[in-house]
Amino acid sequence: MTGSSVVVFVMRRFAVAIPLLLVISFGVFALVHIAPGDPVRSLLGARASDPATLAAIRERYHLDDPFLVQYFKWLWQVAQGDLGVSIQGNRAVTSTIADRLGVTIFLSLMSTVLVLGLGVLLGAVAAFRHGTRLDRAVVMFGVFGISSPAFVTGIFLLYVFGALLHLFPIFGPGTGFLDRAWHLTLPALALAISVMAIVIKITRAAMIEELDQDYVTFARARGLSSRRITFAYVLRNALIPVVTAAGLIVVGIVAGAIYVEVTFSLPGLGALTVDAVQKRDIPTIQGTTLLFSVFVVLVNLAIDVIYMLIDPRIRFGRVES
Amino acid sequence: MNTAVVGAGQEGPLLNVEGLVISHGAVPITAPLNIAVERGETIAIVGESGSGKTLTARAIAGILPPGINATGAVTLDGIPLLRLAERELRKIRGFRVSMLMQDPFTMLNPLMRCGDHINEMLRGRPEFASRAARAAEVKRRLAEVGIVDEDVARRMPFQLSGGMCQRVALAAALARDPELLIADEPSTALDVTTQAEIIRLLRRVQRERHMSLILITHNLRLAFSTCERIYVLYAGSLLEVGDAAAVERQPFHPYTLGLLLSEPPADIRVPRLVAIRGSVARAADVVDSCGFADRCDWAKQICRAGKPPLVARDASRFTACVRQDEIQGELDALRTAALSAAPMTLRPDPTEGALVRVDALVKTFVGARGRPIRAVKDISLRIMPGESVGLVGESGSGKTTLGRCLVGLETPTAGDISIDGIAAADFDAMAKADRARVRRTIQMIFQDPYSTLNPRHSVGQALSEALGASAGATSPATPDRIAALLADVGLSAAYATRRPASLSGGERQRVAIARALAVKPAVLVCDEPVSALDVSVQAQVLNLFKRLQAEHGLAYLFITHDLAVVRQIADRIYVLYLGEIVEEGPTERVIGDPQHPYTRRLIESIPRSANQRAP
Repeated sequence: MTGSSVVVFVMRRFAVAIPLLLVISFGVFALVHIAPGDPVRSLLGARASDPATLAAIRERYHLDDPFLVQYFKWLWQVAQGDLGVSIQGNRAVTSTIADRLGVTIFLSLMSTVLVLGLGVLLGAVAAFRHGTRLDRAVVMFGVFGISSPAFVTGIFLLYVFGALLHLFPIFGPGTGFLDRAWHLTLPALALAISVMAIVIKITRAAMIEELDQDYVTFARARGLSSRRITFAYVLRNALIPVVTAAGLIVVGIVAGAIYVEVTFSLPGLGALTVDAVQKRDIPTIQGTTLLFSVFVVLVNLAIDVIYMLIDPRIRFGRVES
Repeated sequence: MNTAVVGAGQEGPLLNVEGLVISHGAVPITAPLNIAVERGETIAIVGESGSGKTLTARAIAGILPPGINATGAVTLDGIPLLRLAERELRKIRGFRVSMLMQDPFTMLNPLMRCGDHINEMLRGRPEFASRAARAAEVKRRLAEVGIVDEDVARRMPFQLSGGMCQRVALAAALARDPELLIADEPSTALDVTTQAEIIRLLRRVQRERHMSLILITHNLRLAFSTCERIYVLYAGSLLEVGDAAAVERQPFHPYTLGLLLSEPPADIRVPRLVAIRGSVARAADVVDSCGFADRCDWAKQICRAGKPPLVARDASRFTACVRQDEIQGELDALRTAALSAAPMTLRPDPTEGALVRVDALVKTFVGARGRPIRAVKDISLRIMPGESVGLVGESGSGKTTLGRCLVGLETPTAGDISIDGIAAADFDAMAKADRARVRRTIQMIFQDPYSTLNPRHSVGQALSEALGASAGATSPATPDRIAALLADVGLSAAYATRRPASLSGGERQRVAIARALAVKPAVLVCDEPVSALDVSVQAQVLNLFKRLQAEHGLAYLFITHDLAVVRQIADRIYVLYLGEIVEEGPTERVIGDPQHPYTRRLIESIPRSANQRAP
């Protein structure tokens, strides 16, 4: 497969993603109408309901047009980067989201690095020490992590490392890169522990299988160094299923960020969403939901492309004999 | 066991294995083994499955699987290998001892380009520091194993054929120029013609490099044709060791003779193969007796009194048979008798009244990206009642597809099949009664009997189910009928209560045959029915096929890649190549006087030793 056919593959995936995004946007848009009560009231929020404001809202959201026309007009506005106005404080939803996005991205990235780095490392250690006590301890740690929700783990970490040992701050996002990393360590760790079991389990199983493969034995019989065998043979081949699961994990982390942000009182997108749900701030809910959905679709697209790039059997189109 | 097997080398052998015992926890896998390999010498370790030959090879290379231990002494040029740490062993492996394994498709890293397998072996050597120097060396190494197409270095393993992969693997194993190469069944997973090429290549490389070679194989004939000395391993013990030509001329151990006679000869047809009864013993069960005693026709009390040591009987000949002196005359007589050909019974050429007629059959599969794969192109054949027909071809020849079309597992794209006068090309389009009749007329035997037997069903259940499908079956199958079926395939009635997992490969295949016989078929389609079996068991099953044919007037379509097998069983042969029949005719004529170049290549691929080649 040449470079141009990789482009064709990516384009084809994009073509599939677009209708999916349209369906999602339709659902998000319908939120206004699904919410109980009059849409005008939903969009009004806490503002005074004088006729002038009501008329302005009707005009702004085209509520007098037929449903589908409303949708297309809304979609057109979204495409231009206009997600409407938040009912609290009368700010544009896009600028509210932009304020909060930084913390969530930082937290999710940090957590993803922790999950994949630590998870693959622990899974590899467990596989190499397969059947020993260390192996069982690692697997138990993973199971323990996945069975306690992120906010429970978060409170536990806060108590031990924040309140008892005073090693990490207990709230706030921090300013500047290092300070922020220091502030977000505990939340990222709480988030990571809750999904790490998946990575540990997949890595461990895949590596145990790889270690048993003929080509690993053959590599040993040829006297290759253990470093070469570990990285070029065992780890490289075992990472394919991990990459496949990585999409799921990243999505899980971003979803889990909602709880963790609330637990650690971080001003991120998750906290914003929870707040908006409590205040019935429909435009903000629409904005964050849409952003999250686009993110999920793009992550899956990226995983498909990475998968194709790292597994030549997919790239070259294996012919069954 | 104190008979060190030492050759006449001036400075001692390159590899000396003394008292090597391999065990899995407390369970012994081998008795103490002594093996010596001179510089530039080629030896074979011959054994059936479970003999411990692969683990012996891996113990020498120091790559035993976890949980398996080796004790004793393995000395390479004065270095005690078993006592070395893994770090030290790495400097030995590849540089001094290297290994080639059986399955070419699993031996190479599926995510690594072929050339990189050789390239990675060259790194760290100053003369190959630059990328260009390594690339040039990879090219040179591939050329050594007969790959001149430079594109191969850039291909992925799954884009190459098995033979090509095996060549690349050989080049990778040799990339650090070892003094000793251990080749574990290097040709077994390959097609017949490719097998011969790989063995020729191994021989050439061994000679050119003056390298020592240990060939691990189950195939005695291959060992004789390739190696200078033979070690016969059975249930973890060496039963016979000696010069290849001498062992072939006059085997000293009943097991070696049994193996020799079990292998169907390709050049003559014998009335009945001399099979070894029973199945391969486990090393742990024969710790204190001759491992072969239970299957040996000459076993006496003395054979079970203790493990007989390997003792010298002749110049560089060793046998573990304590009764060799007494029985050698009988062994020789048996050998001579078995080699006499059966009288040919010539059948009239098939004309009218064929049981199975296939006319202009075509089967096309849809491959990747909608490309058509033409597995079978325009094949016509006949099977007469009671006739045994061989269908010979390598993988990809379409022989299995044809067999599956006959029993209705595939529907042909075009062409006609008629079975017992009923049009049976499309099983879905047939009347129900016709379909039932065809299914009773034609039955199939598969290569791997284990996967066709439900592991949860006892043998009795499997057979009674089949009996229930036979013509006019009203009452459930009685134990008597099950016992009769089992007796038919040479098993006692007690087998009815056993489950497939507790049976040996040969017994499973017998059960599968009994199940096929339950509906009293007129023709059996046998797809490689003996190729997964050990040589000694293969002969038993082939004899069974012969007997059943005589007793029930069965017709066979024997699908196989093995000309020697087909020689023993088939009256007529069709040679299949890339979906087309390239040659057909009576077995004797096709094998004795092949017309098509492909048939000739197949016949030339049968391993023959110098003794056999001599006119």
